[in-house]
Amino acid sequence: MSNGRFGIHGGQYIPETLMNAVLELEQAYNKFKDDPEFNAELDDLMKNYTGRPSLLYYAKKMTEDLGGAKIYLKREDLNHTGSHKINNAIAQCLLAKKMGKTRVIAETGAGQHGVATATAAALLGMECEVYMGRLDCERQALNVYRMKLLGTKVHPVDTGTKTLKDAVSETFREWVSRIDDTHYVLGSVMGPHPFPTIVRDFQAVISKEIKAQMLEREGRLPDAVLACVGGGSNAIGAFYHFIDEPSVRLIGCEAAGRGIDTFETAATLSTGRLGIFHGMKSYFCQDEYGQIAPVYSISAGLDYPGIGPEHAMLFDSGRADYVAITDDEAVDAFEYLSRMEGIIPAIESAHAIAHAIKLAPTMGKDQIMVINVSGRGDKDVAAMARYRGEDIHE
Amino acid sequence: MSNITIADAFKNGKAFIPFLTCGDPDLETTAKLIPAMAEAGADLIELGIPFSDPTAEGPVIQDGNLRALSAGCTTDRVFDLVREVRKTVTIPMVFMTYANVVYSYGAERFLQTAAEVGIQGLILPDVPYEEKNEFDPLCKKYGLELISMIAPTSHDRIRTIASEANGFVYCVSSLGVTGVRSEITTDIGAMVKLVKEVRDIPCAVGFGISTPEQAESMSRVSDGAIVGSAIVKIVAQYGRDCIPPVCDYVRSMKNGCRKADA
Repeated sequence: MSNGRFGIHGGQYIPETLMNAVLELEQAYNKFKDDPEFNAELDDLMKNYTGRPSLLYYAKKMTEDLGGAKIYLKREDLNHTGSHKINNAIAQCLLAKKMGKTRVIAETGAGQHGVATATAAALLGMECEVYMGRLDCERQALNVYRMKLLGTKVHPVDTGTKTLKDAVSETFREWVSRIDDTHYVLGSVMGPHPFPTIVRDFQAVISKEIKAQMLEREGRLPDAVLACVGGGSNAIGAFYHFIDEPSVRLIGCEAAGRGIDTFETAATLSTGRLGIFHGMKSYFCQDEYGQIAPVYSISAGLDYPGIGPEHAMLFDSGRADYVAITDDEAVDAFEYLSRMEGIIPAIESAHAIAHAIKLAPTMGKDQIMVINVSGRGDKDVAAMARYRGEDIHE
Repeated sequence: MSNITIADAFKNGKAFIPFLTCGDPDLETTAKLIPAMAEAGADLIELGIPFSDPTAEGPVIQDGNLRALSAGCTTDRVFDLVREVRKTVTIPMVFMTYANVVYSYGAERFLQTAAEVGIQGLILPDVPYEEKNEFDPLCKKYGLELISMIAPTSHDRIRTIASEANGFVYCVSSLGVTGVRSEITTDIGAMVKLVKEVRDIPCAVGFGISTPEQAESMSRVSDGAIVGSAIVKIVAQYGRDCIPPVCDYVRSMKNGCRKADA
């Protein structure tokens, strides 16, 4: 079996042209991940620029309203740029800079990873270009302009379904064309090895903090950790340091779109099967001939036909559970958290909130649940208004 | 027909290897195109099985894939097509597609059927040396050659790849995705030399070649030229009437390759 496997998943299914680039990246990562100077620099940026550690907030009203488990929210939405994506973007840009790269490229769905990469590039003085599906550019127009403000060039992608999947393909195509000075800042725990490992390590700070904060506040570990899953970076970040703690239930919330019994869904583990795509073996939504399905979700960040290989492994082993949340449920949860706690979550994160609303009442009052609020919802406000039939101008 | 081998393509001087996307614009046209291209001088044909998300392709072949899929092309229909054209076509043919098309069909079932309909090899641009064990043992089992690719960025990997290469080595001429390029600056000769130091195996150059002059110059430093996008472009332009212009083009390109023999 080749490098970078998670059970049978993962691997490096990419064109020969890119092989030396990913091998070079792996070498550099292995060199710098334990390098005290690199880590000191990264820690300083995380603390003084990103604003880590992020808060672990006790959602008292929500807890009382649902009448079950005690609910904590991990506030990744409070990070600089408004989501967990900055954890990985800054770290990868710093790594790229150490590797002597002067230019970074990235894909983005909802625009959060694009904004995070654009931000890191601005901060570190690197050139940045972001690929984003035309459809996503339209539904996340605010983030497109944020990237432009940050000095990044945004390329709308017109191929395929004009969403995240096509943005990933197009960024790979761009990387194949220009490797020498360019690093691809992949935004999720997906793609060819070493990306799933690198991104997971850079996001694992989330569960490391949750664990420490929980022990400090409650003197024990939580009973369940919930996170939304597209490619799966915020979820793996929130799960990672609990994987070897069997008492902690890990639950990933996929986007069911209009329902897993419809074709308008992005729930990979509920509707997909094993395949090889975007550099990795994992589960993908596809037809009987392996053609990748044109998936759909109201959430541009979860609108992806695959899932990271480590999640595929956790699914196979049963260590983590994965549930599917519809657009309707997510929008209800978006509004619920806004009114209940005064926190407007990203529509992606609202998928995890939606499952918490179902799960918490079934748990005992002596039990504890942590929901990873992976991002803030400002970017989604106009789309949510449209969903409710109100046309507002951004 | 079981005696056809990839080596046949390189027996008559420098080889011209055209690519087409099966089912573009429809399977009936592809069924006429394959024998006509063989007649016009193709030494080996790469038959593309369309994939929804061909990440190594430029816009021309991406569009060809989408046209074929919209016209209802499937892996099973491609097998039927090859079974039919194999009755008359005697040059070697290989499939070029993406890992998921083979994997999702069931790699063994795919390769067994491919061998049975008369295919000699398989090119998977998203399966590098590190991952070839996913498919290579099954290719060997059914007598297909899994073609290895080398790229301008391969450097010291070329020896390793060449030492286990089958059929021919596909030399990627330049960085980037498939598509027409006005100029190829990579030192192909040096790449080919590295391969030949390790193994006596034919090397054909692809990516970016579109003119007879390029076919000639690439053939001078290798054993042949591979052309995809330029042909798919003609198919896109002429649709079902593409057979005469594609054949004219194949003849002119084969002539370019022949000049390198002189």
